[in-house]
Amino acid sequence: MPLTMAGEFSTSYLQILDESGEVDRELEPKLSDAELLRFYRAMYLSREADQRMLKMQRQGRIGTFGPGTGQEAAFCGPTFALTDKDWLLGSFREPGARFMRGEPLSTALLYYNGYEEGNALSPDKRTLPIAVIVASQTLHAVGIAYSMQYQGQKDSAALVFLGDGASSQGDFHEALNFAAVWQAPVVFVVQNNQWAISVPRSKQTHSRTIAQKAIAYDMPGIQVDGNDALAMYQATKEALARAHSGGGPTLIEAVTYRLMMHTTADDPKKYRTEKEEKDWWSKEPLVRFEKYLRDKGVLDDKAKATIEAETRQYIDEEIKKFETRTTFKPDASFDYVFGTTHAEIEKQRAEFLATLNQGGADA
Amino acid sequence: MPKINMVQAINLALRQEMAKDPNVIVLGEDVGVDGGVFRVTEGLHEQFGERRVIDTPLAESGIMGVSIGMALSGLKPVAEMQFDGFSYLMIPQLEGNASRYRSRSQGLWTVPLVVRMPYGGAVRALEHHSESREATYATFPGVKVVIPSGPRNARALLVAAIRDPDPVVFMEPKRVYRAFREDVPEEEETMEIGKAQVVQEGGDLTVISWGAMSHITRQAIDEVQKRRGAKIEHIDLLSIAPMDTDTISNSIRKTGRCVIVQEAPRSFGVSSEITARINDNVLLYLEAPVKRITNYDVVTPYFGRELKYIPDQQRIERGIEETLEF
Repeated sequence: MPLTMAGEFSTSYLQILDESGEVDRELEPKLSDAELLRFYRAMYLSREADQRMLKMQRQGRIGTFGPGTGQEAAFCGPTFALTDKDWLLGSFREPGARFMRGEPLSTALLYYNGYEEGNALSPDKRTLPIAVIVASQTLHAVGIAYSMQYQGQKDSAALVFLGDGASSQGDFHEALNFAAVWQAPVVFVVQNNQWAISVPRSKQTHSRTIAQKAIAYDMPGIQVDGNDALAMYQATKEALARAHSGGGPTLIEAVTYRLMMHTTADDPKKYRTEKEEKDWWSKEPLVRFEKYLRDKGVLDDKAKATIEAETRQYIDEEIKKFETRTTFKPDASFDYVFGTTHAEIEKQRAEFLATLNQGGADA
Repeated sequence: MPKINMVQAINLALRQEMAKDPNVIVLGEDVGVDGGVFRVTEGLHEQFGERRVIDTPLAESGIMGVSIGMALSGLKPVAEMQFDGFSYLMIPQLEGNASRYRSRSQGLWTVPLVVRMPYGGAVRALEHHSESREATYATFPGVKVVIPSGPRNARALLVAAIRDPDPVVFMEPKRVYRAFREDVPEEEETMEIGKAQVVQEGGDLTVISWGAMSHITRQAIDEVQKRRGAKIEHIDLLSIAPMDTDTISNSIRKTGRCVIVQEAPRSFGVSSEITARINDNVLLYLEAPVKRITNYDVVTPYFGRELKYIPDQQRIERGIEETLEF
């Protein structure tokens, strides 16, 4: 018997704003001037916060962190498409996304200075704490999406960020599978920034695209120019509309680039060329978005100067707020082991506090 | 009161909690139409439907991960690991996330879920179906580990676990599943997690056991008491983590002698922890070294020879007598 076709598949690529900032008028999303400015401000804040935090880290004022520079469109675009009823789960390279969900910079700084107090927005913000174990959060997103479906919250979907490295994890594949089987309202956004610390995307997966992994789970998958804020917004908006209307999950691959180090403890010179970095700087998302806004008449020098000044002022104030807070309850860790009280924990708390009082540990 | 076995008792707890709270969801491999490979979830699928009794894909990390998501968003998942030998695949999610959300977020996000699993040997099963790894789970701060020993406490503890604000690993001694029946009231009954139970009082020696070892230990105690007229106190641990140190210490203050019966290998186990706590709290009351009757530090043998390794009644009797005579 001759072979017959069991299925035919393809994967699309979306770009709306090209590298030089030219927009595809047919695909251009309909956003108001105010919305566009809000979008731009969010990306700009993320970039500026990164640069300030890098300085602070080098001065020993905060601990290590993973900058998002170069990926602002990839994480702010999808987040801009969410409503307050949707959920956001992330990894650790979406600073601007967290700011957009209402996280003050001073809170993020607390987290990066080693305090759990900086790792949680109030649950009504529907934004989960940073997940350090890559891809583990993808399954939580599917569970949350199932809850929304079960509770009849039709306007609510879960959006989860992960990286190209995380796409190798079993949890990611289990999450795609569960999501597809359940037709759960979830959007997976893989920020393919080409590098998982020192391992290039080519050693991470043999697949030509990460988006095509959706095919195996029979869900829509799309590859998007991850440095194109409009395309990232638009692709996510469509995925969310599908999720909200019972159409199930979507996988979005954002093709982007980590312009800085993995974390401040990493030196990319060891594994990649400066030429490669330079090439990607020429495709970075902010310049292109700014040109679009200027061409459209939404942004001019005066408006830009205002955004710069206001952002700087906000960052200054938040850093001050962060550095003004100097006392932390030393035994807080004992408060949150369990939701119930237990004798052994309380006994050890007393021992810990007594040790502190004796000067036995650095408070 | 109806006399039922442990499988029926766990089923009763699930059925009643699901009827009471629409947010309680059961999920796992074969738990729906099939009612679970041990029939623990039998009838739930018919009664509550496939949205609440979910036959999941075969992926333990996936089951745990989605359960965490459900728990974070208002549901009360009761996940089943088909056998404890398959449960290690979900440890990264349990350790990496379930145990940590509360402290990670300073109490803003919590993961109230139950993960049930049959565990333990002596049921003539294939490889990976006979281990007793409660100590592994007990090492994760933020995780509660509970092990019932009979139908009545299984039902009461599972109800408590479902209502608990924290992730609870609920380990079911499968050797006990259908071994005996007990009176279990139809009316609601719960037990406090974190408390051991003194199942028999006595002043001469303390025996501590849990899970499948408790039943067999009880028989050994009866035998020794008959033979020697000694009065032996028997503590059923029930909660591995958090552990009820006070009940243990109070008993040792009274008896001065202690035997611990553990199905798991000897080293780095719950019996080691109990011994350390006795050392911390009541060392000077001891009149004999704490005796541990355990499995050996070997990879669990296939069922052809496993019964030679798991503590049996004779070994327990001998251990009790040696400690009484010391």
